[in-house]
Order: sequence, then C-alpha cells, then structure tokens
Amino acid sequence: MLVIECPYCGARPEPEFAYGGQAHVARPSEPATTTEDELLQYLYLRDNTRGLFRERWRHVRGCGRFFNAIRDTTTDFFVTTYKVGERPDLPGVGA
Amino acid sequence: MKARTTTGGRVDRSKKIQFTFDGRSYEGLAGDTLASALLANGVHLIGRSFKYHRPRGILGSGSEEPNALVTVTRDAARRTPNLRATQVEIYEGMTAESQNRWPSLEFDVGAINNLLSPMLPAGFYNKTFMWPRSWWFKVYEPKIRAAAGLGVAPTLPDPDRYAQQYVHCEVLVVGAGPAGLAAAAAAAQSGARVILCDEQAEMGGSLLSERSATIEGLPAMDWVAQTLASLRANPRVRVLARTTAFGYFPHNHVGLSERLTEHLATTPANLPRERLWQVRASEVVLATGGIERPLIFPGNDIPGVMLAAAARTYANRYGVRVGERIAVLAGSDAAFEAAVDLSATGATVAVIADVRPVGSIDGPGYAAAKSARLRILPNATALGVTGKLRVEGLQLGLIGADGQVVAGNTIACDTIVMSGGYTPSVHLHSQSRGKLSYDETLGAFLPAATVERTRSAGFSRGVSGLAAALNDGATAGAAAAAAAGLHTTAAPLSASSLDAGLAGQPGALPQLAGLIPPKKAFVDFQNDVTTRDIALAQREGFESIEHIKRYTTTGMATDQGKTSGLNALGIVAATSNRRLAEVGLTTYRMPYTPVTFGAFAGAARGEQFDPVRRTPSHDWAVARGGVFEDVGNWKRTRYFPIGSEDMDAAVHRECLGVRNSVGMFDASTLGKIEVVGKDAAEFLNRFYVNNWTSLGVNRSRYGILCRDDGFVYDDGVIVRLADDRFHVTTTTGGAARVFGMMEDYIQTEWQDLSVWITSTTEQWAVVAVQGPKAREVLAKVVTNVDLSAAALPHMGVAHGQIGGIPVILMRVSFTGELGFEINVPAEYGTDLWEAIYAAGQEFAITPYGTEAMHVLRAEKGYIIVGQDTDGTLTPDDAGVAWAIGKTKRDFVGKRGMERPALKAANRKQLVGLLTADPAVVLEEGAQVVLEPNRPIPFAMIGHVTSSYFSATLGRSIAMAVVEGGRSKMDQTLHVAMPGGDIPVKVVSTVFYDPQGARLNV
Repeated sequence: MLVIECPYCGARPEPEFAYGGQAHVARPSEPATTTEDELLQYLYLRDNTRGLFRERWRHVRGCGRFFNAIRDTTTDFFVTTYKVGERPDLPGVGA
Repeated sequence: MKARTTTGGRVDRSKKIQFTFDGRSYEGLAGDTLASALLANGVHLIGRSFKYHRPRGILGSGSEEPNALVTVTRDAARRTPNLRATQVEIYEGMTAESQNRWPSLEFDVGAINNLLSPMLPAGFYNKTFMWPRSWWFKVYEPKIRAAAGLGVAPTLPDPDRYAQQYVHCEVLVVGAGPAGLAAAAAAAQSGARVILCDEQAEMGGSLLSERSATIEGLPAMDWVAQTLASLRANPRVRVLARTTAFGYFPHNHVGLSERLTEHLATTPANLPRERLWQVRASEVVLATGGIERPLIFPGNDIPGVMLAAAARTYANRYGVRVGERIAVLAGSDAAFEAAVDLSATGATVAVIADVRPVGSIDGPGYAAAKSARLRILPNATALGVTGKLRVEGLQLGLIGADGQVVAGNTIACDTIVMSGGYTPSVHLHSQSRGKLSYDETLGAFLPAATVERTRSAGFSRGVSGLAAALNDGATAGAAAAAAAGLHTTAAPLSASSLDAGLAGQPGALPQLAGLIPPKKAFVDFQNDVTTRDIALAQREGFESIEHIKRYTTTGMATDQGKTSGLNALGIVAATSNRRLAEVGLTTYRMPYTPVTFGAFAGAARGEQFDPVRRTPSHDWAVARGGVFEDVGNWKRTRYFPIGSEDMDAAVHRECLGVRNSVGMFDASTLGKIEVVGKDAAEFLNRFYVNNWTSLGVNRSRYGILCRDDGFVYDDGVIVRLADDRFHVTTTTGGAARVFGMMEDYIQTEWQDLSVWITSTTEQWAVVAVQGPKAREVLAKVVTNVDLSAAALPHMGVAHGQIGGIPVILMRVSFTGELGFEINVPAEYGTDLWEAIYAAGQEFAITPYGTEAMHVLRAEKGYIIVGQDTDGTLTPDDAGVAWAIGKTKRDFVGKRGMERPALKAANRKQLVGLLTADPAVVLEEGAQVVLEPNRPIPFAMIGHVTSSYFSATLGRSIAMAVVEGGRSKMDQTLHVAMPGGDIPVKVVSTVFYDPQGARLNV
C-alpha cells in the first residue's frame, strides 16, 4: 500500500486513490477539424513507459480532485504529484 | 516425561498440562510447545511427508520447522491444520493430531509412494499425466488433488472474531532477540513511538536457548526481563509477542499477525482470536536472526535427525533431552557448542563427526567440546542412517587424504544432530525489494542496498557474537530514530557468551558429490525434494534457479525454503560448476509463515462483508413476502408473489395490473446527480448527446450519454428545476461511474465552466405510479398541483405536497402508460409509499417489482443500457439517434460516432423479434443466424438482448441486436439453440401501443 501525496490534501494511503491512465492526453475539442488519426491517438493510443511516467490520479475517496503524478513504473514509487494545469519538468521524464 | 531433565529451562515444573496427540494422553509443562512436550515424552515420530509419506520427526524448534505439521482441534469449527508443532503452545486438554497418514502414523498405506519413488522423480506430474488429454480434468487432476495437500480445513463457518488495526510509529523493530531488544531500547530512548514484535510467545530470541550468557553483568534473560519491563512501562512503546511480521509492503507498510487466544485453554469472549496489524513505520529495523541449515546425507529425514541448534534449544530452554545416545554431525562450530550442552542434559554424545577438513576445525565451540572430552572425529561424513521410525545408527564414512570416502563404522545412536552453519533470515529485507549480496566467508546472502527506509541488525546482516549483535542492534535502533527525526545515542553494551561461529558451508557435502547415494538425501523436507531431483532437473536442461525451483518444487509451499533454500543453491552451484553468487536467489515471497484467512477477512464477513443499500419500501416488501434481487449493493424487490404464485404468475398479474388499472414501483435506486451553476445547461450540452439549452424550467427530457468513442454509456431523464439547476437521473448501476466521468470533464477538460455536481441518489426517494388510473390515484393525495394533461403534460414537472410532504412530481413513464414519478426527501420515502398504496386501494393498485418493470418497458421497446447495449452500440445502433442534438458543435462522443466504421450500414442494430410459436420464449444471449441447416462454421449475425413472455400481448417478445437489423424488417431469421433452430421474424422494437396513445392522456 503506497503513500500518495495528494497536492490538495497531503499524504494519504493508496486505497483512497484511483488510477486515471496517462496524463496530458488532450481531448480534441473541435470535432469538425479532428482527423481520424488525431482521434485514434486520443481514444486508443497510450505510452507504455518503462521508467518515469506522467499519469493521472484521482483522490476519489478524499477530496475527489484529479491531479497528475510522475511515477517510476519500474519501482512503483511516485517522484512527484502536481495539480491540473501544472507541468513540472524533471530530467528523464518524457513530455 | 522420561526425557525431561531434572532442572533448568524456562518451563514451569509446578504446572503440569495434559494433552493428547493422535488420541494418546501425554503430560507436558507450562511453557512447553507441542514439540518440546512430545520430545519430553520420547515421541519423535510426528508426521508423514508430503509426497513419499516417509516417517518424519522434528527438525527444528521454531517457525523454520518443515516436518512436524499437526492439526489442533478445539471443536468441529475450530480445527486448524498445518500448524508447526514447534510453535504450538500446549494448553490443558489440547487435542492434536498428525497429518498425511492413513490409517495410522506408524502404519501408513500412502507410504507405498516411498517404494514407488523411482517412478516419482522431479516433474513427475508434468511428465506422466499428459495423455490422454481429456483425462486431465476428469481423472488426473481430481485424483492428484485428493492425494495432495496437507491437513484438512474445517467445513463449518469460523465462529471466532478477528480484529484489524492500523497503526503508525517512528520505529518498528521486527524480532526481539538481543539485536532487536537493544534496537528497541535505543530507539525508545529518543522518545520515538516504537513497536517491537516477535513471533514467539516469549521474547529473547536466541537468548532463550543460552545457559550461561551474560549482558551488562546480568544473566542474559534477566537483562531481557529488565529491558522488556522498561519498554512496557513506556507509553510510546508497544510490545507484541506471538506476533509475526509476515509481509513487507511498499512505503514501510508491514503486516503483523498477532495470535491472542491460540495458547489459551479457554478463550475469553472479549478477545479476538487474532489481530492483523497494519503498521506504517517511518523506519524499520529488521533483527530477524538466522536459521540453521541441515546437512544433506542419505536418511537425513528419519525421525531423530535434528538441527543442532534445535536440540540445544530443547535442552536449555525446555529441559528436554532429545536423545539418550546422540551422534553429532558437525559442519560448523555451533555443532560443538550444542554437543557440550546436550552432554550436560545427561545424554551420551557418542561421537562428533566433523565433515570439514582437519585444518579448518576451530572455534570456541570446538575448544569447549575438547575440554569436555567429547569424542571428536574429523574428516568424517555420513553415508547413511539406520532405523525406520526412529534413528538407530549413523553410518560413518571416512574421508581419506585423496578425498575418497571409505565406509566406516556404524555408530549406534537414537538421535543425530547436525549443523551446516546458519542462514541469516533476510526474508523481510528481500520482500522490501532490498538487494542481497553473497558473503563468501560466511557462506550467506546478506542484505545490501535497500529500497525502503529499513535497516537490518544483528545476525540477519551477518553480525555474529552476542556483544557484537547487541551493539549492532543498539546502533541500528538509534540510527532509525535519528532518521525519523529524533535524537539519541546508543550506549555500548557489554556481554559474554560462548559465541560459536555461525559460518558453515551450504549445499551437499562435497565428499558425497561424486557418490550417487543409494538412499534419499533430502534437501527440502516439506516438499520431499532430494539431491537426485535437483540433479535430474539440471540434466533435463533447467539452469535458472527459478526454473529448478518450480520443476522440483524445492523452496515452495508454506515453508518457502527456510531450511532448504541455500542448500539447494549450493547443490546447483556445485553440479553446474558455478559460484553460488552466480546461481542467484529465488524470490522470497510473503507471507513469512502462513496467515489465516480470518485475520485478513477481519470484520468483513456476513452482513459486514459489503454494505447493503435498502429502499424505502424494503420493510414493507419484506412483510409482504417480496422476493429480492441484488442490483449493485441495492436490494430491489423483483416481484411480490401472492399466495403460492411463482415468479411467472406474479409477473403476469403485476403487468396486467399496471396496464388495466394502476401499479406502483419503488424507483428510489435510480442514480441522481444535481448539476448546479450558471453553466449547468452548457455543461449538460457538452456532456449528453441531447440539446439542453432549449429545455424549459420544470420540463424533463430523456438523455443519452456516450463516451468519447461514440458508444452509449448511460441514459436517464434529466429535469430542469431552474435556469441554473438540473436534476439528472442515471441508471441504478451507472450512478457512480457517471458521476466520476462528469467530475473528470469538469475538472480537467472544461475548466472554463462554472458548474458543480452533487450526488443526490440517497437524498430522494422515488415512487413510480403507472397505469390508466395513475392520475386518479394521485388526485386523492396530491395538493397544490393541477394534474390535468394540459397543465402537466408528458415530461412535465410540478411541485406540490402529499400529506404536507413536499414532492416533485415528474410525469414520466417507463411503462408506456400514463405515469408519474413522485420524488420526496428520502426520510419521507416510506410514508409516501404507504400513502400511495392506501390511496390506490380503490383502484386495486398493484405493487410491482423489477421483473414486471422489465417486461413492461420491453413491450414498449425502451432500452436498458447494459442489457440491450454492451458498450459497442452507438445511439443509432440502439435506435435512439433521435435524441442527438444535431446542431451542437461538440459533445462527448460526437466526433467518435462520426467514424466510418460506426456509420456502416451493416452494424448491429436493435430490433424486435417475434417467434413463430408465440409460446416460445427465447433465451437472452442466444445467437441469431441467417440460415437454418447451414454448414459449420457459420456466421452469427447478432444475439438476443431481452426476452420475456408478455401478458399484455399474450405471447413472447424479444429484442436483439442484428447486423443491418433495420433493413431486415419482416424477414425470417433463426435463433440457434441446442435443441434446434427457432425461426423468428424481425419487427419493430415497439410491440405495444406504437402510437403512444396510452401515454398522452
């Protein structure tokens, strides 16, 4: 059971959180101009990173807020968590 | 108790305890384990082995015991199998039994496996039961399952209570031997919150087995008592005996299982049987000590062959002489130390045969044995053991200068004790993903780099000698407290003890390597793995230690290789000419020792297993014999039988009651979400496929929700209560996920919107009143509302009162009849239900359940998301494309459903099906095909999603998704069934009142 730092509430145990998949996948907001390829990327294609990975989490049994995290998929451990709209840069982390 | 010494030990000689083993009565002493009490009575034969049913005795004295597994029974529901006799504390009247034997321990029919053993090599199951393939499930697997396994679990429900507790501390110390006690004392001095746990009943670890060690000038156990007293007096310290740290989870989350009543003759009602501690520690100190390794020689499993440290523990701690005439097989200095202490119990030490070369035999144990004038035979080895149910002799081999072994004498003895050196217990360090490195001098893997905030201390990291272990523990405890932000310094501790070296040499005895032993030499006692099995696995091409482990089963099961792991590695290293460090280690898995299901379940059983959600009409329905079904956590009434009605009869009556007069239905389980804010309408516009800006206040609309891929996700009626306030209903099962999806888009995609959502599912109780007489029923009870069709048309909403209760009246229908859904604050739900029922008596109002609701909606072709759709249907496929707001720039799923594949003409579309024979009711899920009598293989073009017998229509009806279904109207298709095809005609999904005449009245 990991301890996860909610950027709004602080450190809380893992069962309070839900995983939300890869972070920073922007929803195409103009259907009229969204190409089939853009749609494919948005709906179905996700990275499967070995190492530092940006991903979404939600403090679902706490404040309910979504936030983003950088986590090392080889160790499970979180490197940092940050609020929606932020995007800290770390060496070795992909876009 | 013929083998009990007259003095010494930590047992209470004034408290005698009677117990039975395999039906025979024995006497033990308070402080005995089942193993020590049986040994005191001269009983060495305790069980039969797993595979070969060989007679087995007691190898160890603690949790490392692989052989002496027993079942302890208090009553029919309290029967615990596979307990290690070495850990079971006896109590007055205890009933214990051996396992894995029939009809008796002394004569066991299954022992035929021992004679058949040439046919039972490593991988036997994999090789033999391959063919014929069809026999696997029917014959081989059931037979193997019946023959395998150890002990029998009770079949009655567990009557005991199990507690669970979460706790935080700065320093958790695992193991209360010298290093652990010193660590806990040092950490506690800093003011840290400390938890000290130990799996044994009494704390002290290796000190419990010492005769003459001193610490700080005190006899060692006096120092232990003093240290424990000061720890227990500290309110920030928790001392947990009989508590096993069984698992090390991420971020210093350690699972402890505490046994509170297992050792008591009568169990107090106020105590839980076990308690599962979930500890979150800032820092962890692992002071888990080490486990002695057996030596590997033919017959090393015969009862009477025992680890030297265990024999010493029985002598010094329990006052038990494990044998009268003992042969010692030494692969380490510790064996000599044991020989001296065994000789002090009055036993004869027949010989100490040392397997090591002459020059390498040295140490304080050796010196003590020499001065005690014990007979020491260097350059010796064991070629075999005589005896079947108990050791009768040790067949010695003599190692010549050229390394050749020649047969020596057979030494008559009733017990053989052996020591191959110690293996540090690195299980928890390894579970915490810490690295291990091999120490050639000690012949052991030691903790190296850590991942968690943990440190090992004392012998678990290779520090041997009492004073060194104590000071290593104290340093670790102080360092842990400092790392947790508290400050202390460890004062040095002085100690004296014999300090026999702990080093040895893992693997089979090298002088036996060239010999093929005529008898079995066991590596893993619990899984019956011999040297030959490991050699065979390598001959068959298994090189990786992980593969060898699985093929031979060495180091598996409950034992997890505590005594066998390093020896197996040593054999693999020797036979494959690799260094032991190169062979590598297999993974140490949790739990360290087995943990009961009860401890994990805790209070989560029966009523407490999962929350139950009940509707306002629940008790009313129970009182009237309503039959319930589970929908998520909800209990919903499925039907209300009258008299001896079965479900079909009840549903038939309920449906006709609604169509002919009026029915009432508890719809409180529908998900409800209140959407509020100046952008509430804009949010729903973007979220649902429909247009919401055009919806007037106090009007409602049926909404469809898709995912961004364009597939239907949920549906429900949405009411506009005010310009900036909507009451959204969802499916019963979809409430939570729709709410979560709304939050996702509000928080992440559309931060420009000013909108808030609140789950109101449990704030509102809802009663649906449906049928031609619905308005007349409501007219009797509703005040301040004009119920006329003009004032309150279909999909209209009004606010009024019923008996003074404020109600929101929604004119909606899921039956196709004139209908209303009455919403009241949940606390009035039962009052509302009873008021409607009373008012409806004049019209013979029919309470109906979910089954009739399903039939009534299917007659009208209303879909149920999740039944008629399955996550691959677009609104168009489901026949609800009319709901889509065509002029909207964007909504969730708009672009997704524009994809060519989602607009193809031949997509599966929802249609109605009528069977040629009106009495035949199709099976939901049945496959639809084009042609009868088709050759195999053939294409299935769809499946039945809903199917019922309609009382209203006097025939069966069904809905199905069929490829290009809407272009197949009136065609005959076939539903493939095991009993033959059923011809069906494709029709509209609306079977009843297609004009909606009954709705708009």
